[in-house]
Amino acid sequence: MQIEISNVRFVYPSGVEALRGVSFSVPAGQMLAIVGQNGAGKTTLVKQLNGLLKPSSGTIMIGDLDTSKSTIAKLSARVGYVFQNPDDQLFKRTVADEIAVGPTNLGFSKEDTERYVKRAVELMELEDKLETNPYDLTPTWRKRVAIAAVLAMNTPIVVLDEPTTGQDHRNINYLGRVMQQLASEGKTIVAISHDIDFVADYFERVIAMSQGQVLLDGPCDEVFAQEELLAQSYVEAPQLTRLGKRLGFAKTVSREESFLAALREARPRS
Amino acid sequence: MAIIDIVDLSYTYPHTNQPALRTINLSIEEGSFVALIGANGAGKSTLCYTITGFVPHFFQGEFHGTVTIAGKDLKSSELKDMVTTASLVFQKPQNQISGTKFTVFDEVAFGLENLGVPREEMIKRIERALELTGIAHLAERSPYALSGGQQQRLAFASMLAMDTPILVLDEPTSQLDPIGSREVFEVVERLTDEGKTVIMAEHKLEWIAAFADRVVVLDEGSILLDGTPDEVLTSSLLVENDIGSTRYTSVARAAQEQALAPQNANLPISLEQAERFFKQA
Repeated sequence: MQIEISNVRFVYPSGVEALRGVSFSVPAGQMLAIVGQNGAGKTTLVKQLNGLLKPSSGTIMIGDLDTSKSTIAKLSARVGYVFQNPDDQLFKRTVADEIAVGPTNLGFSKEDTERYVKRAVELMELEDKLETNPYDLTPTWRKRVAIAAVLAMNTPIVVLDEPTTGQDHRNINYLGRVMQQLASEGKTIVAISHDIDFVADYFERVIAMSQGQVLLDGPCDEVFAQEELLAQSYVEAPQLTRLGKRLGFAKTVSREESFLAALREARPRS
Repeated sequence: MAIIDIVDLSYTYPHTNQPALRTINLSIEEGSFVALIGANGAGKSTLCYTITGFVPHFFQGEFHGTVTIAGKDLKSSELKDMVTTASLVFQKPQNQISGTKFTVFDEVAFGLENLGVPREEMIKRIERALELTGIAHLAERSPYALSGGQQQRLAFASMLAMDTPILVLDEPTSQLDPIGSREVFEVVERLTDEGKTVIMAEHKLEWIAAFADRVVVLDEGSILLDGTPDEVLTSSLLVENDIGSTRYTSVARAAQEQALAPQNANLPISLEQAERFFKQA
């Protein structure tokens, strides 16, 4: 499902203008990462997508639904939202109950609910934790429960706020692969992340925000090539992008494969 | 001189079967910056709790071995004896913020009020802590009207103000942007220059490579590796145990495997080292 954001401004009741004219669209099945400094407006922006916040002016279309004219109930069948802190969204006694909340609230049939819950449990590898209280799990596993609870709603759009916070190497790569799998099935993935190397490894498009505006928007390597503008949004290019630049590579690279390919090209033929 | 001395420490949380720490031996010199790395669940937080006395005095559980912190035997001390020795910045700032203060300034004052620090001294310490963590402009804001990253800075400021000889930080940059993360490491560098000892659990290996004096790798409650960043971060054990390495190290290793780089060259852990590594190729 497509997202269409047109000239959105948002002012908090305190008077802080958190979004100052944001426009972009996301086609179905795309993986988009949003980066930028703390306070740039990233979380404020994604909270507009499922109607937790409504634009002060401008419009957001989720498919054919205008978020300003829709209820959260309607939007939540289209946009799943994984909070930055899993404790903000977990409240049931067992993992199994927690994951069933979303699909039950959306009014899915018993069969569909079971099917979606099973898939979400498999994707997040929670099979042996279903009867555990989420608060007896480590933060890493609580995060997985929070993601599974959203995936079980089977929404065409999945939004994740800082999915890799506090996660180790193994979990970060696992999450990246699951997101790619979902995107390949046609789901639209929007994630906020400070982990620029993770973004480079798994996402096709990146938006850099600064002070409530979109500063850069494009395919990862094109955005990472814009060193000066990136610095303005307090983002550092991925490690391999910086290294490739130092080595004078002709192209901007950010992933290991493209780095090694560029290295091979740069070497004199023997 | 060692300010932290841990001998044969094993620890099991109450109501659990598996020990969280297994036969840990670790001696840390005063003024050093030691990074703890390892997978989630490896024991990093538990070790942080031990150095600050929460294990065993708050969490209870089964505790074996001898831990000496700044000359005090941990087991025979009480938690209140540790407060002026070692402070902990929790992984989640929400667990640290007192919930009883209406401004950032008062929140940082909280620990100092409990210690009965004189007013003038208190104000001086709070202002310096807010300055160092870059939140002086938020002093009058409510702790709950801050972003996640700002709350993390507040938690750090609150501990800085305690002015203890040992600071323990449990993933203090998890919600910070790259510039904020760099600032935390720069503050840590300043503190160790002033003679403080800093222990930090952290996943961001590029920063550890640039700033830490020593890296300790935990794996399932035991110490897997202990050495300088150069020694530890290039070890193949990190790959074998899926703990990860900097992109510089992993791409250099891949280049060696594909005969795109000299086999005998030392693997890099930083941008500068990586540049030299590939330029000699």
